[in-house]
Amino acid sequence: MSAGLDLAVVPAVRPHRRPRSPVVTVSAAFLLVVVLVAILADWLAPVHYTTQNLLARLKPPLTQSAGTTYWLGTDQLGRDILSRMIYAVRTSILIAVAGTLIGAAFGTLLGFVAARMRGLVDQTIMMLVDAQAAIPALFLALTMLAFFGNNIVLFIILVSIDGWDRYTRLARGLVASEQEADYINAVEALGASTPRVILRHLLPNIIAALVVQATLNFPGTILLETSLSFLGLGVQPPGTSLGLMLGEGRRYLLNAWWIAVFPGLVIFLTTLSMSLFGDWLRDRFDPTSERS
Amino acid sequence: MLRFLTLRLLRAVLTVTICVTAVFLALRLAGDPAEIMLSVETPPDVRAHYREIWGLDRPLVEQYLRYLGSVARGDFGLSFGDDRPAFAAVADALPKTFLLGGCALMLALLIGMPLGILAALRHNSAVDRFAMAVAVLGYAIPIFFLGILLILLFALKLRILPSAGSETPWHLILPVVTLALPLAGRLARFSRTATLEVLGKPFIRAARARGVMPLSVVLRHALPNAAVPLLMFIGIEIGHILAGSAVVETIFAWPGIGRLLVDSVTTRDLAVVQAVILTVTVVMVAANLLVDILHILIDPRLGGFSRSMGRPA
Repeated sequence: MSAGLDLAVVPAVRPHRRPRSPVVTVSAAFLLVVVLVAILADWLAPVHYTTQNLLARLKPPLTQSAGTTYWLGTDQLGRDILSRMIYAVRTSILIAVAGTLIGAAFGTLLGFVAARMRGLVDQTIMMLVDAQAAIPALFLALTMLAFFGNNIVLFIILVSIDGWDRYTRLARGLVASEQEADYINAVEALGASTPRVILRHLLPNIIAALVVQATLNFPGTILLETSLSFLGLGVQPPGTSLGLMLGEGRRYLLNAWWIAVFPGLVIFLTTLSMSLFGDWLRDRFDPTSERS
Repeated sequence: MLRFLTLRLLRAVLTVTICVTAVFLALRLAGDPAEIMLSVETPPDVRAHYREIWGLDRPLVEQYLRYLGSVARGDFGLSFGDDRPAFAAVADALPKTFLLGGCALMLALLIGMPLGILAALRHNSAVDRFAMAVAVLGYAIPIFFLGILLILLFALKLRILPSAGSETPWHLILPVVTLALPLAGRLARFSRTATLEVLGKPFIRAARARGVMPLSVVLRHALPNAAVPLLMFIGIEIGHILAGSAVVETIFAWPGIGRLLVDSVTTRDLAVVQAVILTVTVVMVAANLLVDILHILIDPRLGGFSRSMGRPA
């Protein structure tokens, strides 16, 4: 029965579609490389990221020592920067993806609850959203780390803090306007259960906007993880993350700039590509965006 | 308007209360403060003594009310780093962060706004694309990476600026620039969009049709109308500046509130941590309240005093 009603789910067609700029293509290609590196780290890294060569400490890029070429140089313990970076990409991407998924799921759920229940529940949730917006995510994460100590599960949850309120606001607004639509009234009149209305009808209609929001939020999530690790309060040695490498390299800037600069460059290019790609995605797929 | 202000003020107080409550609950969830604050070797009787002093033997509700009371008095307990009141440490650091953040905001406005307005006026031209490319690079660069690049270039290579400390005005330059550039990028993008939107309005076309000078169109008609969204934007950006200060102050050894937080988190100096986070909350809430009040004053539609300023002529 609902198959016919599902025809109401028609994707918005935009009359003017801007041609995709080569910048977007390059960004997407770079992101693909980053993802592949994260997946294939074990095969790509020349040596393991903890392997030390104390005879080749703080060597500049392209140094050869004992039959190994250190393409991007070595750090203070003679570890290969390239290998460490490959594994660091894996850690940082994994944490950022997990954080984004948790934040998006949690925030969207609250948005749905607020829009469906209304009244006191709605007001309480929006009060929490306001309170969250009053504290920078980095400060909140730092405070929680001080209270609870550092562990990887807490760390991933903290990374997801950045932006849950934005999903809640977005989902609440979209659901509130969408559920007034005739097709939702029709489905409900036909006796569809609330979970069915949400999963089969509401969610598919607002998922595009949520995915775009997640893409736009992703650079912020990566930056939260790298900032915390950079400050020495995120991923802990012997693990490695892009921010941690940068933080360690900060102490050797005077005689070994490459330790900090290469990981920094990777973070920069990743966030840059992601925001360019996210902007394009928003212009292309999000019917709610109003950009000039 | 008075009603709006009262409601807004109540909401601000409510937000702060929620945050204080959340901090209290998180502290209690984190475990027995006596266990965290005192060293492992502390004898049980000394521990019991401290539990009594800190009121940890009382019921939770009473503890909460006492906590609210002491927070309201600005009493967050003693920092165990240097045994002075935690709030004193925050009060010392806060002006330094205001100085840093204020200068960064000024610099970002000086760079970002003209860039964005120019890009809007030359919409889709080479100038526009160049300005937006700079803006995107500016806001995508991680603040800690930018800081390190600036140190490498100006402090280690050229040796013309100090990289750490706060003794002279020269020490202010690198941290301010690091904090300001990403902000300038976001501002440029934002003021471009805001200006483009206003330029499309009928009253601008009317002014142009009457032969008003292009510069005058921008200064007298477009800018005042772009002021309100800009103000809102700055309100949001205050949070970014504060968050950025944690990183920038750590890199450049600037003795502000961000570095105080990072240091006290590292040493788990909980008294200072909660003093910082609650002070930051109050600052943020107050800033947003101020933005709302300014909004009423600037926007003639909301009945402020500047009736002639933003009105389409």
